[in-house]
Amino acid sequence: MKSEYLKKDKLLILEITEEIDHHTTEKIRRRADYEIERFMPRKTIFDFNSVTFMDSAGIGMLIGRYKMAKMFGGTVEIKNVNPNIKRILEMCGVLKLVPIVNEV
Amino acid sequence: MEFYENEMKLEFLSKSNNEAFARIAVAAFAAQLDPTIEELADIKTAVSESVTNSIIHGYEDCEGIITIECKIFGNTLNIDVSDSGIGIENIDIAKEPLYTTKPNLERSGMGFTIIESFMDEMKIESIVGLGTKVSMKKMIKREEVAHV
Repeated sequence: MKSEYLKKDKLLILEITEEIDHHTTEKIRRRADYEIERFMPRKTIFDFNSVTFMDSAGIGMLIGRYKMAKMFGGTVEIKNVNPNIKRILEMCGVLKLVPIVNEV
Repeated sequence: MEFYENEMKLEFLSKSNNEAFARIAVAAFAAQLDPTIEELADIKTAVSESVTNSIIHGYEDCEGIITIECKIFGNTLNIDVSDSGIGIENIDIAKEPLYTTKPNLERSGMGFTIIESFMDEMKIESIVGLGTKVSMKKMIKREEVAHV
């Protein structure tokens, strides 16, 4: 995972670079929580551009990060989601908490 | 038309880094049915959910063997994922969306719901103390099925 913090906008961008399953969420979760605690961003965006696979472990991970960010007064969004992953997000109703931002 | 058949069997330890191995192996086997990208994603997701269930719930903190058997009949792919873990006490409750026994692990409780909606059929057999078998079926919707 790559992270970038834009201080001016209090924006944290976390680019996930692996497939998301029960095995990989552990690492993603630890890193994301570390960055959120460190910067306390107003907004955290997960960039899914290089994510080719996600199962329900990703749902739990996103909801967990939503709670974490909310604790520090911030929100979470995702971008660059492929259609197959979008179907899972829609089915599980996560998009109400963690919306998809319009791809530029 | 000739009725095509093929089968394979995988056995591996219930280590979480085998989740990716399992879904990729099944997807590679399914590729001979010439599925669409979407169908392949459905299969990979369902296998991943089911293998993860065996690892987290079936075997909990200990390690055991997970078996995947795949059979192709014509344009249908049958996938059985079985473990010899603790089993499921109440299958109907386990299948309910958002139900999870492990919310502390940030599990969403959507595993079986996802399998049911991505596959054409799902059947769970489980005996407490002996293990669980999840059988799934996916029809590859092609007018002509190409075989290599």
